[in-house]
Amino acid sequence: MPPDSPPAALPAPDLPTISAPTPPGLLELFVAFAKMSLAGFGGVLVWARRSIVDQNRWMTADEFNETFALCHFLPGPNIVNLSVVFGSRFRGIPGGIAAFAGLVGPPVVIVTILAALYARYGEIDALRRILAGVSCVAVGLLLAVVLRMMMPLIVKRDLVGLLILAAVFVAIGLLRLPLPAVLLVAIPLSIAITLIVRRRMTA
Amino acid sequence: MNSDPNPIWTLAWTFGLMSLFAVGGANSAIPEMHRVAVDVHHWMTDKQFADVFAISQMSPGPNVLIVTLIGYSVAGVAGALVATLAMCGPTAVVAYYVSRLLARSTRSRWPAIIQAALVPLSIGLMGASGLILALTSDRTWPAALVTIAAAVLAFATRLNPLWMLLAGGCLGFAGVIG
Repeated sequence: MPPDSPPAALPAPDLPTISAPTPPGLLELFVAFAKMSLAGFGGVLVWARRSIVDQNRWMTADEFNETFALCHFLPGPNIVNLSVVFGSRFRGIPGGIAAFAGLVGPPVVIVTILAALYARYGEIDALRRILAGVSCVAVGLLLAVVLRMMMPLIVKRDLVGLLILAAVFVAIGLLRLPLPAVLLVAIPLSIAITLIVRRRMTA
Repeated sequence: MNSDPNPIWTLAWTFGLMSLFAVGGANSAIPEMHRVAVDVHHWMTDKQFADVFAISQMSPGPNVLIVTLIGYSVAGVAGALVATLAMCGPTAVVAYYVSRLLARSTRSRWPAIIQAALVPLSIGLMGASGLILALTSDRTWPAALVTIAAAVLAFATRLNPLWMLLAGGCLGFAGVIG
């Protein structure tokens, strides 16, 4: 699909509105996603943005945000969704597969090698100690992401959102209920509450 | 180690199903992975799960590759590939069709509403991930302190996470974590 979507009526003066000089080919898609994936320690999103928007100009910043928002509300690993949506937008299904293969293929090889090493040497005391230290930090990093994501809700004093957040936290983290069951209740409930709150705000 | 006659098949349907429920990305599915891998199927111990999480965070690539490691520990290379494809495949197909559907009707307000409704859910899930992982890896006070320090540093600064992971490895090697 060519990126000449309708809202081109208002050209923003400062932003680069022309996104793709030339749409990427299959090999280019594979290589670009392989590169950002291999650079992405602890998360690929930053690198995906840098590659797609800044370096290759395949999308404008707005287009990228919209595409990522879509991938964020879909289930599954966001960045995997992004690769498929992005690749198929330029080159159809083969493009989606090329981007997906680039994103997942090379790191899977690396991780599989690490897994084999762990299976073989995981019981060595020095390695166990190192991994224990790394996992403590990794948990801290995850907690920081959670805090960062919570900030907008706290700033907005979104009590309803915080209440839903706390309910899910208790159900999964403390009660250890199965995820599908919790989500089958929580998703419709949360959508209904969001709709009611928005109606009240507009009314 | 486990009595499952066909672990590959179990991996495929377990992660295939999980991929469709993983709202908010791989990190919010961690409690479910922990429940399935440690409590339900006894594929690994608590400690091994914490190790696998640490390895996945140190490795390049999307965080979802923790399933590759779980798959490997269950059924070797085949298990690693099946778990990865099962966790990424179904949701990739869904993403493809939904994006094509939305490309035709971008004016709909439903995506925005669904997204707003899902944000608190996915943060709650990630918080639960943090709690479960903290309980499995922080079994001593120094360990808990390292976690808190990393959380504060990552929240307040833009320090590259890789340096913090390295520092954690050094502290662990030095025997500080205990």
